[in-house]
Amino acid sequence: MSAIQLIYLVPLLPLVGFLINGMARNTLSKTATSVIGCGVILLSFIISLTVFFQVNKEGFTPQVVSYFDFINAGKIQVHFAFQVDQLSSLFLLIITGVGFLIHVYSSSYMHEEESPHFARYFAYLNLFVFSMLLLVLGANYLIMFIGWEGVGLCSYLLIGYWFKNVEYGNAAKKAFIMNRIGDLGFLLAIFWMLQAFGSVSFLDLFNPSFGAISSISAINSPTLVGISILLFVGAMGKSAQIPLYTWLPDAMAGPTPVSALIHAATMVTAGIYMIARSNLMYTLSPITMTVVAIIGLATAVFAASIALKQNDIKKVLAYSTVSQLGYMFLGLGVGAYTGAVFHVMTHAFFKALLFLGAGSVIHAMHGEQDIRKMGGLSKHMRITYLTFFIGCIAIAGIPPFSGFFSKDEILAGAFANNPVFYVIGLGGALLTAFYMFRLLSLTFFGKFRGTEEQLHHLHESPSAITIPLIILAVLAAVAGLFGIPEFIIPNAHWLDHFLDPVFAQSKALISHHELSHGTEWTLTVVSSVLILLTSIWAYKKYAAYKGEAAPETGFGKVLQNKWYVDELYDAIIVNPIKSFSIFLNRVVERSGIDGLVNGVGRGVNYTSRQIRLLQNGQAGTYILMMVLGIIVLFIVQIFSR
Amino acid sequence: MQIQWYIFLSVALFCIGIIGVLTRRNSIIVFMCIELMLNAVNLLLVAFSKMHLMNGAAKYPALATDAQLFVFFIMVVAAAEVSVGLAIIVMMYRNTHSVDINFLNRLKN
Repeated sequence: MSAIQLIYLVPLLPLVGFLINGMARNTLSKTATSVIGCGVILLSFIISLTVFFQVNKEGFTPQVVSYFDFINAGKIQVHFAFQVDQLSSLFLLIITGVGFLIHVYSSSYMHEEESPHFARYFAYLNLFVFSMLLLVLGANYLIMFIGWEGVGLCSYLLIGYWFKNVEYGNAAKKAFIMNRIGDLGFLLAIFWMLQAFGSVSFLDLFNPSFGAISSISAINSPTLVGISILLFVGAMGKSAQIPLYTWLPDAMAGPTPVSALIHAATMVTAGIYMIARSNLMYTLSPITMTVVAIIGLATAVFAASIALKQNDIKKVLAYSTVSQLGYMFLGLGVGAYTGAVFHVMTHAFFKALLFLGAGSVIHAMHGEQDIRKMGGLSKHMRITYLTFFIGCIAIAGIPPFSGFFSKDEILAGAFANNPVFYVIGLGGALLTAFYMFRLLSLTFFGKFRGTEEQLHHLHESPSAITIPLIILAVLAAVAGLFGIPEFIIPNAHWLDHFLDPVFAQSKALISHHELSHGTEWTLTVVSSVLILLTSIWAYKKYAAYKGEAAPETGFGKVLQNKWYVDELYDAIIVNPIKSFSIFLNRVVERSGIDGLVNGVGRGVNYTSRQIRLLQNGQAGTYILMMVLGIIVLFIVQIFSR
Repeated sequence: MQIQWYIFLSVALFCIGIIGVLTRRNSIIVFMCIELMLNAVNLLLVAFSKMHLMNGAAKYPALATDAQLFVFFIMVVAAAEVSVGLAIIVMMYRNTHSVDINFLNRLKN
């Protein structure tokens, strides 16, 4: 039996895990919970792996497995169907693989939680994996949207996991509402597609021989530009791009493994997946491509600049995630689709690694997240330090680690499109190297700046935490080899070759002005040298940090306060809405609606008090009334003839 | 005899009944007046029935027999009603030592 027929098990198993852990959360022991929670993901991963090998064979064509009619109304037919092709199988591997490691990590990290809450955590985590798998497996935009909403819900539930803390609850609400704003764009795009093409299935839209969009030859047709912009609005919300990015840093309120899985490795890359899936639509509307590239680039640099001055270990990583997502969108916007997906993959490895490493540090520091109070941890936590170091090199883009290859591919694509993009993008990459090595130095080098008691309790984390770290570190180190660029070794770009069928139609349309190998070498060497120098500078600068607390002034203060974007949003959106709500409550609700409702009540009360007097209890009166009534009826009868 | 005399008689009886019900306070008399009204109707029904049967060319002979059936129905119902009504009046008298209907205005207020 072919593995593709078993594809339904991949999302179904996490759903089963969610149901078991969710329903039996009061009875299951912690060990049983974690075995179930991790086990279902492991099984999913194994199936995904066999599916992947089948997809990787020569001559594989995308397969759509349809289960039942989801919507069948008039001309509109939407099937509940899964599509297995190169892109989705790659994402399956990332989600289940990284997901499994993070589940294992969580079983140790969350062990101090009480048993029902521990099970609740794993139930949410399994539900998340289920939704995410639904998102990438869906064979049409509607199924994708179901998964899209599902991951948003799980993100909300997990950010607010410690719901007794009001701040965390607010962060969860913020994430949910911002995502909803984006989702509205996605939903409108789906409606528009149904109206314009009568179908939302990928096959009907993008099939080379009969696809509705494939047959469009006009560039920048208003319909396509509109739909692609609306889809991008959805991606902005989910993947935290300007102007909807502020939820992601706040989402760090959730447990650290959640930040690693949802807010770094998988969910936030859903937007990139969606655009990569609709690549033809974007290629046909260059206006949208430019918008995507500019917003991606702006986000990349903007978020990187904020990360320079953050002191919370998770906040630095959060802004770094926003910035890296910006790079992915830059890649999509300049037509380097493979590069963007490649960066999703490498980013999933190294950012999950960094978050998990940060979790290990926080664990050892008993919940301390301020890097100014850390330092010198490399002596106490060898494995965490070494793996975190590898993650840092990978994200900074120092060869030959994975981030170097993927970032370089995106930057090369940007240079081919517009050298200005390249220069700004390289600036952002230098910022990345700087803040990552600042983080590394402040955390692991120099003198310990915490309390005596913390120093006394410093310890390496247990093996359930370190083993995922080691695996991810290996992946972060070598994943770049899947995409060695042409100019270093010809025909060694495995990923490009693998994903070729997905992007073939777009590649045929994009006018390639190939960079000469000489230019590419120059770009790579220049960027690598600059990044290396910046890293060393940042390391030197902060390794000697003593914990002096000079308050930031001028531009540094602006950066530390995140460009005052939250305050700006509060001033122009949140507060006006709040005042409007208060106005509605005090004026419209209290005196308008309440007045009307109470008025009706009072009126009825008054009239009935008057009419009540007719009931005087005298039987004679009643009979008189009856007789009079009958006489009236007779008279009416007579005169109505 | 002309039909109108029967009509006059039953109208007179019916009006006496109504006026009695409206003006008297003794519940037994009220009760008798109700019976009077019922019997006024009975009388009218019988009179019309007779009229239809006497007149050989009546349009709807079936109506004539129907009317007599109604009379029996009304008599049976009236008999049943009398037994219930009198029982109520007896109970009322036992509880209040009065048969004045205006005495029974406790539901007021």
